[in-house]
Amino acid sequence: MTSHGRTHGALAAGIALAAGAIALALKQQNRRRHRDHPADDAPGFTARRDFGRYEVVGRSVTIARPRTELFAFWRDFSNLAQFMENLIEVSPAGTDGHSVWTIRGPAGKSVQVETRIAREVDGALIAWRSVEGSDIDTEGRVTFEDAPGQRGTRVGLIIAYVPPMGEAGRAAAKLFRREPEVQARHDLKRFKMLMETGEIATSARRKDAARAAQMENA
Amino acid sequence: MRALTWHGTKDVRVETVDDPEIVNPRDAIIKVSSTAICGSDLHLYDGVIPGMMAGDILGHEFMGEVVETGPRSTLQKGQRVVVPFTISCGGCFHCRIEQYSACENSNPVEKQDASATLYGHPMAGLFGYSHMTGGYSGGQAEYVRVPFSDVGPIVVPDHLEDEKVLFLSDIFPTGWMAAENAEIQPDDTVAVWGCGPVGLFAVQAALAMGAARVIAIDHYPHRLELAHKLGAETINFRETHVREALLEMTGGIGVDAAIDAVGMEAHGFAIDNMIDVVKQKVGIGADRASVFKQALLAVRPGGRLSVPGVYGGMTDKFPLGALMEKSITVRAGQTHVQRYTDRLLAMIEEGVIDTTFLISHTLPLEEGPRGYRCFRDEQNTWTKVVLKPGMEAGQ
Repeated sequence: MTSHGRTHGALAAGIALAAGAIALALKQQNRRRHRDHPADDAPGFTARRDFGRYEVVGRSVTIARPRTELFAFWRDFSNLAQFMENLIEVSPAGTDGHSVWTIRGPAGKSVQVETRIAREVDGALIAWRSVEGSDIDTEGRVTFEDAPGQRGTRVGLIIAYVPPMGEAGRAAAKLFRREPEVQARHDLKRFKMLMETGEIATSARRKDAARAAQMENA
Repeated sequence: MRALTWHGTKDVRVETVDDPEIVNPRDAIIKVSSTAICGSDLHLYDGVIPGMMAGDILGHEFMGEVVETGPRSTLQKGQRVVVPFTISCGGCFHCRIEQYSACENSNPVEKQDASATLYGHPMAGLFGYSHMTGGYSGGQAEYVRVPFSDVGPIVVPDHLEDEKVLFLSDIFPTGWMAAENAEIQPDDTVAVWGCGPVGLFAVQAALAMGAARVIAIDHYPHRLELAHKLGAETINFRETHVREALLEMTGGIGVDAAIDAVGMEAHGFAIDNMIDVVKQKVGIGADRASVFKQALLAVRPGGRLSVPGVYGGMTDKFPLGALMEKSITVRAGQTHVQRYTDRLLAMIEEGVIDTTFLISHTLPLEEGPRGYRCFRDEQNTWTKVVLKPGMEAGQ
């Protein structure tokens, strides 16, 4: 793997982690929708168009657990490293909802991104944004909605970010499967596994093999 | 431990590999007493299933003794268990509605992308199969790591010997679900393509569910004889025009339900099948779907087609018009094993269903490669091979 791939992988992963909604991008998205996209009921990120400078990815997953339980688990950011494969830790910074995300980087190095909570609705939504001057310009939102009947909760993750190395970086990342969309999907599925089964599936026959597979993925 | 590993087309070996250990809290380790070679293992042997890696341990029909348990396993050391080939978590939406083979959590996340791309949704985890289904080490080995051991394994009573209960792992429930998917009504005539183990269990299941007649189709005389003994009428497709025969045997109506227990490596002389054989050989990946196609044409309007036979890719020249214009219901899928195990174990105990008639050969694990070769090349007489890790060679 090239260092470009790895660097972008780490950054992208950070974004995926820092995932959430998007003030600017959503505004752009709404403007575009009114301007040239006939309204339908599908999530904006599934539209066949781009979002300008921002890359927008979104994923949802249905988890057969109560909404409040999932929200509470996610809201404690120190839990996130259990299912986000490139996240080393999230630690609080100050008292105003700022957090520092430490993300696995290339050659054993790590990358840090500082975020603040932009909006929070108890049991339903957590949105966050990278602080001014951050290495990565990103916003993210995770939402929790009751799914129909006994299906549990629909968890939605939307991430907007400015690709750190532009188009080439994105292409390289895609090649190495480290783009945020893949990362977001994988992380959400691991979240689902952890919540529904209490563990994260592996086909490794031995613990050391499971660890090795994890490091290789990271 | 010793294990049977895959190394390429028609290349399986018995090797020494690392023992498995408890990795996740709900795991158990099983010491294998009996394991069988499945018809779908032959698809791996023939190299027509994508996503295999050299060194993969095969085997998804196995049973044995619990020798180790994780902190959240509900099994106890010393219990005898049969392990379903589908790995199911018990907690996701699909497991909760008893569609266990669509489990959303058993295939590791990093293995889900391939099948999600190919099929639109990821597949569940299976033992001893492709990495598209998780790449889990299988049961043709001395020991197996069994994930979600609180959901899958069936504890069996000591008085039932291995040979009676082993097939609860796959082929008995698979044949049963095939008949259930055919929605059999009294007075129905059901045609079963393929008198391999699944087809023969489907014959038994269809009759148990009240079918008036079952017509079994194959070309191996011995297998047709087995079907006949179970109560089926037979058609040898090398001797007889199958569709014409089915139409005549049903007074021009056609069969009410059809079961394709053959799948992607169908034999046969139809021109479309011969083209499919060539495509499969040169690796452009078309499934040989001649049975599926023939069954669609043979089944009566408004009838049902049930597909337990394994398909993995695409096909062409597909009689889509027949499917629609004749209002055919098609039901298919990997077996939701855990849905059936309690019921079927009871039927074995009561002696309603005979599970041992199939076994033609029992070999030590060390002779596994010979078992594969003969199961593939001598299908008339090698109807089912059981491997025993504990058995001495030449026994």
